[in-house]
Amino acid sequence: METNEKEFKPFNVDIWKYDGHAGALIPLLQSAQDTYGYVSERAIDYISHVTGVPPAEIYGVVTFYAQFRTKPLGEKVIKVCNGTACHVNGVKEIANTLTDELGINYEETTEDGKFSMVSVACLGCCSLAPVVMVSNETFGRLTPQKTRKLVRDLKRK
Amino acid sequence: MAIKTVMVGLATCGISAGGEKVYEAFQKELQEGADFVLRETGCVGMCYREVLVSISNGAQESYLYGEVTPDRVKRIVAEHVQNDKPIDEWLVSGADREVGFFDKQVRIVLRNCGVIDPSSLQEYLQSGGYKAVERVIKEMTPEQVIKEVQISGLRGRGGGGFPTGKKWELTRASVSDKKYIICNADEGDPGAFMDRSVLEGDPHSVLEGMMIAGFAIGADEAYIYCRAEYPKAVARLRLAISQAKKQGLLGDNIFGSSFNFNIKVKEGAGAFVCGEETALIASIEGRRGMPRFRPPFPAQQGLWGKPTNINNVETFANIPWIILNGGAAYAAYGTDDSKGTKVFAMAGKVKRTGLVEVPMGMSINDIIFKICGGIVNDKKFKAVQMGGPSGGCIPASLGETLIDYQQINKTGAIMGSGGMVVMDETTCMVDVAKFFLAFTQAESCGKCTFCRIGTKRMLEILERITEGKGKEEDLVTLDKLGEQIKIASLCGLGQTAPNPVLSTLRYFRDEYEAHIRQKKCPAHVCSPLLTYTIDQEKCNGCMLCPRSCPTDAIIGEKKLPHKILQDLCIQCGKCFTVCNQDAVIKD
Ligand SMILES: Cc1cc2nc3c(=O)[nH]c(=O)nc-3n(C[C@H](O)[C@H](O)[C@H](O)COP(=O)(O)O)c2cc1C
Repeated sequence: METNEKEFKPFNVDIWKYDGHAGALIPLLQSAQDTYGYVSERAIDYISHVTGVPPAEIYGVVTFYAQFRTKPLGEKVIKVCNGTACHVNGVKEIANTLTDELGINYEETTEDGKFSMVSVACLGCCSLAPVVMVSNETFGRLTPQKTRKLVRDLKRK
Repeated sequence: MAIKTVMVGLATCGISAGGEKVYEAFQKELQEGADFVLRETGCVGMCYREVLVSISNGAQESYLYGEVTPDRVKRIVAEHVQNDKPIDEWLVSGADREVGFFDKQVRIVLRNCGVIDPSSLQEYLQSGGYKAVERVIKEMTPEQVIKEVQISGLRGRGGGGFPTGKKWELTRASVSDKKYIICNADEGDPGAFMDRSVLEGDPHSVLEGMMIAGFAIGADEAYIYCRAEYPKAVARLRLAISQAKKQGLLGDNIFGSSFNFNIKVKEGAGAFVCGEETALIASIEGRRGMPRFRPPFPAQQGLWGKPTNINNVETFANIPWIILNGGAAYAAYGTDDSKGTKVFAMAGKVKRTGLVEVPMGMSINDIIFKICGGIVNDKKFKAVQMGGPSGGCIPASLGETLIDYQQINKTGAIMGSGGMVVMDETTCMVDVAKFFLAFTQAESCGKCTFCRIGTKRMLEILERITEGKGKEEDLVTLDKLGEQIKIASLCGLGQTAPNPVLSTLRYFRDEYEAHIRQKKCPAHVCSPLLTYTIDQEKCNGCMLCPRSCPTDAIIGEKKLPHKILQDLCIQCGKCFTVCNQDAVIKD
């Protein structure tokens, strides 16, 4: 019940005003995700209600773009950069190490809800490759050993 | 003694190397009574030496420190800032060091990056900012502006290389009550960060370029479509737009004329195909970003059905310079086919990673060896990937190829947007091809059958090959399927998706053959084809690897060297990642 109340809060008024009517769908979804961490069914209904766009069409847009999630993520999201430079510099071994330490693969969340692991196209710090980002903090020039230490430090926090 | 200005590089690369902590350390020194001006700046391009801090007194003298950490700040302030004694061993330039990195570059697009504070409109104005648009509005006709851009020979820097002046002329010729300008800041190539650096380091120059385009084609409204993964760039753009509005540089009656212009920022939502212009327009309109058939081109029917001029970030950033210095000055750089300069994002196995801007016509070898210092650990240069997922690999044997649209196309790669990923002997070309194909396969919007299913089939074949299950006829199938996908796809994504595979097949066929016939990966990358052994000298018997092995293939006792039983080993590589002693050998 509590979550429903929270979700009903109109999260998007500013953007709505800012952009008039046309083309506001994606900014609205972004703002829903910013507020709740994912795009819930409730949010889709709400956006449909305000915009008049049918829920099915909104769902089509949500699933087209990689940015949108329909399920909540863990408390800490480990974004693993899979850009070209990171690939060439061995990010696969870093990802394997993360999987080994956390017991999850890409797009999965640990059972306790603490960690999620996602793959991103490029974080743009190619000179520090291989790189992962945890809650907007970047960790570069990783090795399997450094990664293991990072995970253990994060678990302790 | 003049008061010194300390500038800390706070683009994404600087921040990820710890730039904010360095900035805070300088702030603390200020609070404790030291006397200097503290500023932030964008990226000068030397990402390999981040965090970078420059210290100048007035205009003449500037020193650049590299690899600055918070605990170095105190000494820098005490000795250099307060007592005029630069700390030689921490400098990267100013004391004749690493001149090679800068002296072959020509900085037009990056003229202000790492030089001015991007959050200060004042500094942009002082460096000649908004002078070009002022001149255009007060002294030139739209036709004259287009003519000047045509003389410059500038071609679109987003990858297609379409002549910019020509595009403006076409959009100007479209008759309509409303026209739009769009800046493509989607920067989808996963190994490129030129546009990000320009947006973070000099956002006003992009706005100014867009205004000039708006004046030339008769548009009064504009959008910047910026990649969602670039939060810093979005923030800098929003700030720059609000500053320009406040100063009356954006809005109505700019410079007292009848020219009105407004710019909005739209954040992308993570889809590579949205870099394609018609998909980008669909995305701004709030729909799924699917490309559509052209014609009509956006110049005729674009955003909301109105004529729209789309250019890339770097294309726009060139424009103010071209107006102020003349198209001919720009065209003085480069080759017959390709004029001016091009920014490249250098990454991979090169010593100096970062951003470089070079005149067209320089050779690839000169960029890699003269400017970027060669290959890490002095390994052998094998190939350079240009053009990202749409491009190809140029082998070291063609390193003398000049940076020029035609010359690069001849090699099977493309100029692309400017990502250069350098590869050495430890890079497996089959694996690289697989990497790019996996990327485009996942990003295909699904509209065209060949792109949707053809790339999937190609990827399956590549996966087989890298797992040692490749068949002799696979290479022919790859070639054939690749050609078919190219001709049967609607947009550039599908038309170019096979390129990374086709170009590596062309130059590195022997590597594919080694995977298929000998079941070996010459670069020791594809793990199913490797043999793992344990160096008996290095192993200290810590028991980590036997415990991690999923098939119990590792035997050994505590404190005694371990051993891998080859018939049980499934080449998962886990032992390699857990070992603290570098004792696991891949062959
Ligand atoms: C799949 C695909 C992805 C693209 N991605 C980008 C991009 O990220 N940035 C960009 O500026 N142009 C991109 N383009 C090119 C644009 O469609 C368009 O040609 C360009 O924005 C025009 O600007 P320019 O003439 O200044 O280069 C892409 C094209 C395709 C087919």
